[in-house]
Formats: sequence, C-alpha cells, structure tokens
Amino acid sequence: MAVKSARETELYHQLTRALEKYKGKSGVLIAALQEAQQIFGYLPRQVMIHVANELTIPLAEVYSVVSFYSLFSTVPVGLHRLEVCMGTACYVRGAEKLLQGLQDKLGLKPGEVSADGRFSIATTRCTGACGAAPVIKVGDELYGGMNEEGLDRLIKELKQ
Amino acid sequence: MTTLLEELEQERIRPETEHRLLLCGGIPCTSLGCKKVKEALEEELQAQGAAGEVPLEVVGCIGDCSMGPAVIVYPEGIIYQKLKPEDARTIVREHIVNGRVVESLLHRDPQSKEILRRREQLPFYRGQTRLVLRNCGVISPHIDEYLKYRGYAALARALAELTPEQVIEEVKISGLRGRGGGGFPTGRKWEMMRASPGDEKFIICNADEGDPGAFMDRNILEGDPHSVIEGMIIAGYATGARQGYIYVRAEYPIAVRRSQEAIAQAREKKFLGENILEKGFSFNIEIRIGAGAFVCGEETALISSIHGTRGDPNPRPPFPAQKGLWGKPTLINNVETLANIPLIVLHGGSRFAELGLEGASGTKVFALAGKINHTGLVEVPLGTPLRTIIFDIGGGIPGNKKFKAAQTGGPSGGCLGPEHLDLPVDYQSLQEAGSMIGSGGLIIMDEDTCMVDIARFYMDFIQDESCGKCTPCRIGTKRMLEILEKITAGKGEEKDLETLQQLALLLKNGSLCGLGRSAPNPVLSTLHRFREEYLAHIRDHTCPAGVCRSLTRLRIIEDKCRSCGICARICPAAAISGARGKPYVIDPEKCSDCLRCLEECPFDAISRGGERVAAPMD
Ligand SMILES: Cc1cc2nc3c(=O)[nH]c(=O)nc-3n(C[C@H](O)[C@H](O)[C@H](O)COP(=O)(O)O)c2cc1C
Ligand code: FES
Repeated sequence: MAVKSARETELYHQLTRALEKYKGKSGVLIAALQEAQQIFGYLPRQVMIHVANELTIPLAEVYSVVSFYSLFSTVPVGLHRLEVCMGTACYVRGAEKLLQGLQDKLGLKPGEVSADGRFSIATTRCTGACGAAPVIKVGDELYGGMNEEGLDRLIKELKQ
Repeated sequence: MTTLLEELEQERIRPETEHRLLLCGGIPCTSLGCKKVKEALEEELQAQGAAGEVPLEVVGCIGDCSMGPAVIVYPEGIIYQKLKPEDARTIVREHIVNGRVVESLLHRDPQSKEILRRREQLPFYRGQTRLVLRNCGVISPHIDEYLKYRGYAALARALAELTPEQVIEEVKISGLRGRGGGGFPTGRKWEMMRASPGDEKFIICNADEGDPGAFMDRNILEGDPHSVIEGMIIAGYATGARQGYIYVRAEYPIAVRRSQEAIAQAREKKFLGENILEKGFSFNIEIRIGAGAFVCGEETALISSIHGTRGDPNPRPPFPAQKGLWGKPTLINNVETLANIPLIVLHGGSRFAELGLEGASGTKVFALAGKINHTGLVEVPLGTPLRTIIFDIGGGIPGNKKFKAAQTGGPSGGCLGPEHLDLPVDYQSLQEAGSMIGSGGLIIMDEDTCMVDIARFYMDFIQDESCGKCTPCRIGTKRMLEILEKITAGKGEEKDLETLQQLALLLKNGSLCGLGRSAPNPVLSTLHRFREEYLAHIRDHTCPAGVCRSLTRLRIIEDKCRSCGICARICPAAAISGARGKPYVIDPEKCSDCLRCLEECPFDAISRGGERVAAPMD
C-alpha cells in the first residue's frame, strides 16, 4: 500500500469516526458508504477495504453494493462535476447534443477529470426537474432550460 | 350538491386582507433562476421598508414549470410568471407598496388578448382538479400552514371516531387504486396487511420515483409533505403497524430535507410518537435514502435496499404483506396513493368515488414534459381525454409542430399516437391501447422525435438498470438493445423485427420481476404503432425524424464537390480533409454537426442523410 499523505491520513481518521455509529447495526452499509463518498469524493478500493474492516462486512459485499448503485463512483471526480440529465424529458429536448457540446467545450469525455482537477463530466438519472428540460446538475445546483449559450455562461461562472 | 373540489375550495377561503408573497421554489423554477428573483424581492422589500411586514414564503411547485419563476401575491391571488429580477422589483414597488397590479407582467391569453390575473383563470390550471395537489404551491410546506387547512383532521377523525376496520372500509368504498404503477386496490391491500399475523409490522412509503421524466412524487413531498405523513399514520392505524419508512431516491435532496423537517414538526405537535392525540396509538417515521437504482422502486428490491444490500428483487409470493421488511408484514404504498388518504378519511370514501370513472375513481397527477408548451404537474379526474391534457391544459406542441406520440408509464409503458387523443385516460383504456398509466410520467413527442430511437433509449436505460439476477432480463435486454442499436445505425435487417418480438415474449414470460417483464413494452408499442419508421431505417437507411446520427450524417456529394476547400477551412472540428482536384471528405467521428459547411458550401455539395443502399429485400 502506498504511503498516505497527511491529508489522506486525516480523511481516514474522519471516516473511522463517522463509521462508529454504524457498528453492530444491520442495514447500514448504504448509508455508511454514502458518508464515505462524501468524505473522499469517491470510493477508491482502499476506502472500501476500510469500510469493510470497520463494519466487519466482507469486502465482496461492500463491492457488490458499490457496483450496484449508480451514485457510487470508484473513479475520482472533478471539483466541479457537471452532470447532464439523461432522463426522457431531457433526452427528447436535446440532452445528447448538450453532452456533446460540453465535451467539446471542456475537452473531456464522461468519466475523465481535467488536468487541473477542476472539472469532470458525467450523465445523471432524472433529477425531477423535467419541467425545465434539458437540465445540468453541478453539485447540488440544477440549471434548467440549458442550451449552447447557457453552457458557455455556466462554464465561465465555474472557472472564476 | 357541491363537489369534493368545491368543498375543499370553501374550506380554503380564509379572510385575508394583508399582502403576502408566495414564490415558487419547485426545482424547475429554482433551476430557471428563482434564487435571483427571491433576492430581488427581498432587497426591494427591504428598500421599501416592508421587509418585516409582508411575508415572503417559498412554496413547493406551483404547477406550470414552463412559466417559472412565478410569484403569487395575496390577498388578491394575482399570479406573475416568467419573472426576471427587475420584474420582481417592479411588483414590490407597484403592487405591494402602491397597491397597483402590474398589468404588463400578467398573462395575456394569446387568442382573446384577455388579461388573466388569478392562477385559477389560466388555462393550465382551469382544466385541472387539484385534490392531491390541493396544497402544493398554495401554502408553505410548514405544519402550521397545513393545520390551517384542516391538516391532521383526518387523523383525528380516524383515531376518535373510526375503528381500523372502518378506516379500511372507507378506503375500499373510495375505490382508490395504487398510484405507483401497479394500480392494485389500496383498500384490499390494507385489508390483507391487517389480516397478516404478526406483532410487528411496517409501512413503507415508496418515493423512489424511478421513471425518468416523472416528478409527481417529488413535488408532493416538497410541496405538501404532511399530507403524505398523515396518510402514513392513518395507514399504520388501520393495518396495525407502528413504524413507517419513507424511501426517497437520493437524487431528491430537497424532498429528503422537507420530509425530515415535516417529520420533526409532526413529532413536536404529537402527531407522531407515543400515544398520538392521547388515543393510545403510537407511530414513528424514519427516512431511508436510495443510492440510484431504478429497480429499487419495485417493492421487493426496495426492501432489499432498506436492508442495506444490493437492491435485488425477490420472487413473490411471499408478498411483502406476509413477509417484507426484516421478514415482517409490510405495506408498501406510493407517495400519491398515501396523499389521497386524508381526503378519503375526512370526506368519506363515497365522496371520493364520485370522481373519475367506475373502477378508476379519483384523480391522477401527471408529470407533463417533453415537446409541450406548458410543462408541469397536471391533476385531472381519471378518464379525462388525452387531448384535454395535451392541448387544453398543456397548450399543445411548440413551434407549430405536429403531435406524434405521448409516452406513458416510462420504461415499463408504451406510446400512444394521434389516433388515441380522444381516449379517456384510465387504467383499462391505456392498457388496451398497449400502454399503461404507470406512475404518471407523460412525455410528449413531436415530429422531430424518432420512435425507434426512443425505443432504443428506453432499452438502453433498462439494460443498464437490470440487476442481473435473472437470465432472461440480464441477457435479453442486452440482445434487444444490440438489435435496436443496429437498426438506428442503419444496419438493421427486416428479420431483426421478428427477433425483437421473440425476445420480447421471452422477457415477458421469463423474468423474475416487473422490471424485466415490462421492459419490452416500449419496443412492442412502437413496433406496433410506428412500424413504418422501423422499416424506413431498415429498408431506406433513413431516419424520417432526422435524429439517428449514422443516418443523418453530413457528407460531401462527390459529383458536386469542386475541391475549393472552403469547408475544410471553416470546419471548427477539423473534420474535413482533402486536396485540390479530389472531392473532400468529412470524418464522421470528428464532425460535431454544426452545419457550418452545409451553409457555406457554394456548390451545395454537402447533404445530410445516408446513401440509399439497396437492401437485400428490395
Ligand atoms: C421496475 C419497477 C419499478 C417501480 N418503481 C416504482 C416507483 O418508482 N414508485 C412507486 O411508487 N412504485 C414503483 N413500482 C411499483 C411498486 O412495486 C409497488 O407496486 C408500489 O409501490 C405499490 O404502491 P401503490 O399500491 O400505492 O401503487 C415499481 C415497480 C417495478 C416493477
Ligand atoms: S428528465 Fe431530466 S430532469 Fe427529468
């Protein structure tokens, strides 16, 4: 195992503390992993091992849950994660073109992180803002009625 | 005799003389910039010295998302829509301070030019019967507001006047059927649950809302969470459960927060907890958050997910009512189903049954979206014709395009065509037409939507969401997707259509849960209704709607190209190459479809669409 940086060590301490409340309870794995992902931004193998050890759950079971649910990511994400909604309402209103435009503008493909670590692109399931389709989600914020100019404005805003 | 809706309206009238501002805080409005409007309102109220006196409340979705951000000004009930921050300031200065309604900002009927002031006058709302949505966008989601409109009165009545059996009887009389997609009679389900032996029982409110393009449950939880909580407590009383869970999808953070706040408020007022209203009944609710999986909306998979494992479905029987959460009897109802309960208990099942049709009583909330002028939540009595929903309420198709299809039931449903516009929307009619009501997603498509591509879209979704537990679904969806991809790439053959039908049958009959069993529906319904479109892709290598990229690629017509090189110079994606004396070519991988070459070519040598290749059947 690679040597952990000071920051990483601190994150693992944080995780250990967070997991305390789940110990010995059943039905808590999903919630525990959600919290772990909040701390690390994603779930690298080492974090999954840590969760498995702390909660005495087989790693295979942890992995089966992580790989099942779409909200868990095993690859790093950018500081700003731009997610294009691929629900039906957004799709018929041109989500695919929006995704293409976003890829061209940032020079990234879904799943990649920009060299400076600031941006990554992904698709998301319906966010329930279908009335304003097509929609882009950045963190907890939603941007509706998106088009080419909207993308330019959004990226400019985020770059500042 | 007054209708249930009129009765509700009368309850609602409260003497109001003071100004009050309601700002739509639904998600579409938020995403369209309602935050800036809110800031402008606050600043201007402050500047005019009215900040403390005129309350500004952020409410759940008011209804018409395409007209957001929207504000309603009481006591007059004037609605202002599509607001910009400057407009918000004008409203405060003119309407609030000077008492002059800002006519220039009001909705004007495009035909009659008449100015429409109140929400109820707008065509979008006029045609609706908002019972479940009675509070959404009209009051703030706080319990104090809910109590002003007879909130928790149904619970009080149930606990004080009705035995659990009598509550179930009312629900049975109402004829209410599940709104989550299955349409199972709610009263019967409760009865089975009550009869199920066990000292520990659970209620689950299904707020997973997996259909992509549906947002009814989200808005109910955000706009009126107490109606759902009240419904759950009554369900607990009627069936003998003491613990409830709301399973919300993680994509709905605001719904999660509002539900949490609402539970805390209800607990504080003693509608939740021990010995509710001193009637000896105890009930608690907790929230469980999903992690992104469509199958978790299916009841047995949902239970697996609350157990903290993969959301794998299980064979039924045993049904959850016999062996559900932690192996105990469990009642699962959809958000909208539960939100109907307080109405039924308070006003009586027979009043409720007056609405809608025989065998399909009450109203249904639809999430209207896609290629439609007015998107948003529409609640109508079951049996309302599709045309009324799309054209009278939804305002028809934008840009004078032609209506092509209405998709209902999401990935488990199907498409209705123009010939179905006069069909009454209820459980049976839609099923007979090859679709289903589903949970209420209603996506409108126009002539620019390719139905083969839509079938591919849904299959792509389902294939991705298949949990993989049973073979027919795991492999069948993959094979069906491959064929649909082949057809949309212009490489399909006519015998593929037959293979699709065969695979569909296999999935329908052989899959473990409803996900796989209903997965072929979008394909079957489009194959049935839009077969020509499939054949155009296969035989003519064209996509009539101009959607499928491989069939609508830009290409250079060799005979016409004079090798001037203009296109290569202006192409922003550097997708065009060539040399003097030879025709230029477009690299489809690089082409971003900006159409600049098409516009600039002096010789009209660039065209869209595949070459017609002689198909074997020709
Ligand atoms: C694949 C699949 C997905 C489902 N998704 C949902 C959903 O998102 N919300 C929901 O309420 N019911 C959903 N259901 C239906 C539930 O299994 C269940 O029938 C419903 O929650 C029962 O509540 P009701 O009787 O009040 O409708 C789904 C069913 C299947 C097969
Ligand atoms: S389809 Fe994009 S928000 Fe629902």
